[in-house]
Amino acid sequence: MNNNRFLGLAYLSPFIIGLLVFTAIPFVASFYLSFTKYSLMSPSKWVGLENYIDLFTNDRTFRKSLSVTLIYVFITVPLKLAFALFIAVILNYRLKMINFFRTAYYVPSILGGSIAIAVLWRYIFAHEGLVNMVLSAVGMEPVNWFGDPTNALFTITLLRCWQFGSAMVIFLAALQSVDKSLYEAARIDGAGPWHIFRYITLPLITPVIFFNLIMQTVQAFQEFNGPYIITQGGPLKSTYLLPLYIYEKAFKSFDMGYASAIAWVLFVIIMILTLIAFWSSKKWVYYAGDKRS
Amino acid sequence: MVATTEMNAAAPRELDDFQLRQQRQQKFNAVIRYTVLTLVGLIMLYPLVWLVGASFKTNSEIFASPGFWPSKPTLDGYIKGWETSTPYTFGRFFWNTFLIILPKTIGTAISCTAVAYGFARFDFPGKKILFATLIATLLLPNVVTRIPQYLLFRDIGWLDSFLPLWVPSALAGDAFFVFMLVQFLRAIPRDMEEAARVDGANTFQTLIFIVVPLLKPAIISVCLFQFMWTMNDFLGPLIYISSVDKYPISLALKLSIDTTEAFEWNRILAMSVLAITPALVVFFLAQKYFIEGISAGGVKG
Repeated sequence: MNNNRFLGLAYLSPFIIGLLVFTAIPFVASFYLSFTKYSLMSPSKWVGLENYIDLFTNDRTFRKSLSVTLIYVFITVPLKLAFALFIAVILNYRLKMINFFRTAYYVPSILGGSIAIAVLWRYIFAHEGLVNMVLSAVGMEPVNWFGDPTNALFTITLLRCWQFGSAMVIFLAALQSVDKSLYEAARIDGAGPWHIFRYITLPLITPVIFFNLIMQTVQAFQEFNGPYIITQGGPLKSTYLLPLYIYEKAFKSFDMGYASAIAWVLFVIIMILTLIAFWSSKKWVYYAGDKRS
Repeated sequence: MVATTEMNAAAPRELDDFQLRQQRQQKFNAVIRYTVLTLVGLIMLYPLVWLVGASFKTNSEIFASPGFWPSKPTLDGYIKGWETSTPYTFGRFFWNTFLIILPKTIGTAISCTAVAYGFARFDFPGKKILFATLIATLLLPNVVTRIPQYLLFRDIGWLDSFLPLWVPSALAGDAFFVFMLVQFLRAIPRDMEEAARVDGANTFQTLIFIVVPLLKPAIISVCLFQFMWTMNDFLGPLIYISSVDKYPISLALKLSIDTTEAFEWNRILAMSVLAITPALVVFFLAQKYFIEGISAGGVKG
């Protein structure tokens, strides 16, 4: 450990400068902007709480967008995490071709939010698209994936669940670090696979479940590329997530103050949910802190 | 699997009922696991396989059969798609993407390594607060800072240039990478660094000649992730880049959906295939770095 305080800070200087210029100051500025009317053409004008009052009393698009966002996050995050964990558990067994499967499952995630994948999704779920062709081949009715407001959001959810790879890799790493002797001890005591999973594996990987939960939630609240490319927020604003609304307010109609207010509402929601998660984690996250040094 | 075969060979007749039942159970479980894995694998990969096949189909065939193989393979989609509806070919957009990625990745690697070294190997007042801030920025949604950042770049005249995409990353703006490198550094023993210091190397020499070589796999992971993320980034260029001659692939693809007349699907699909090819090639060449990087970044620290 080096105790030269100047040197340590010198190595950190890019981070400190970047933090100030691109995060801290913009963070404060965005809070200030949310209390102004600012359209780039004229100087910003302080309007107090007007933007926020407008949002919650007059703006029906905002309320629609907010509820769609919450529905999207509350469906996508648990579904994606459950799926990622399920696959990670299967992949944790000694199986042949395990590396092939791991790679295959990770490929969609590596392409992540790329526009090409959004384009692909658009064609796969189109009315005459791949999914409906497969459905009719097995004798099922084709589904109106994008035209129907109740299905459109779910189609975006499916896209994000398809990209469960990075959450899965993190789960897998955690599963592999679980002490094998615990499993043997439980098996000798006559525990079945479900009991072992429920009472040994699950508690031991709660820190990683917690980590994934937070990261995926923050990410899901910022979903943009999928709905922007695939459905353009429609039909009937059923996929008009808040980031789309913020983008259009800020960079289409240059209503910077109002857009900042929406961004702050989104931020406060994420913060409250994160704080709830952190607070509740004391009750369910198990840190094996004193087991190993 | 290997272990069971050996056991069978060693003591074939000594298997009692219980073991037989267990073996049957295990075989049954294995069958179920493989079935699930194969089914999921098919769902994971078939859309991509279909995309490649469809890009060689004629427009009338794309929505006619769910199969991979085109009945009359054609390069039409690639040839016409490459020309684009703009004065530029798709090659121009690939070049622009490269121009964004290269400085951004180099800047990220250098700045994040230096910052991670500072965090992992030095002690100074305020370090705990700074590290907590680093973690907090991981959780801070970009959506909050985006508008003032845009105004800042507008005021210094950087709009419609690559600078807004390069500069924040060169100042260790991607907290995830710093965090990841700190995790790796914590796992590396300090003996060699201490030996170098005893031999009279200063901290910078120690960083360059001892730490960086040891940290090489992690730095490669960082570069690969930054490559992927930049390749996939859409919102950044969408906000900052306005002239078509500076468009990266992501914006060019969006443009092609907007401007291509209906029924010219194979052009869009063909360009989508080209757009994801670099990422796929890099991923398959270096998959272990991705998996290691994700695991290291994710495990609590």
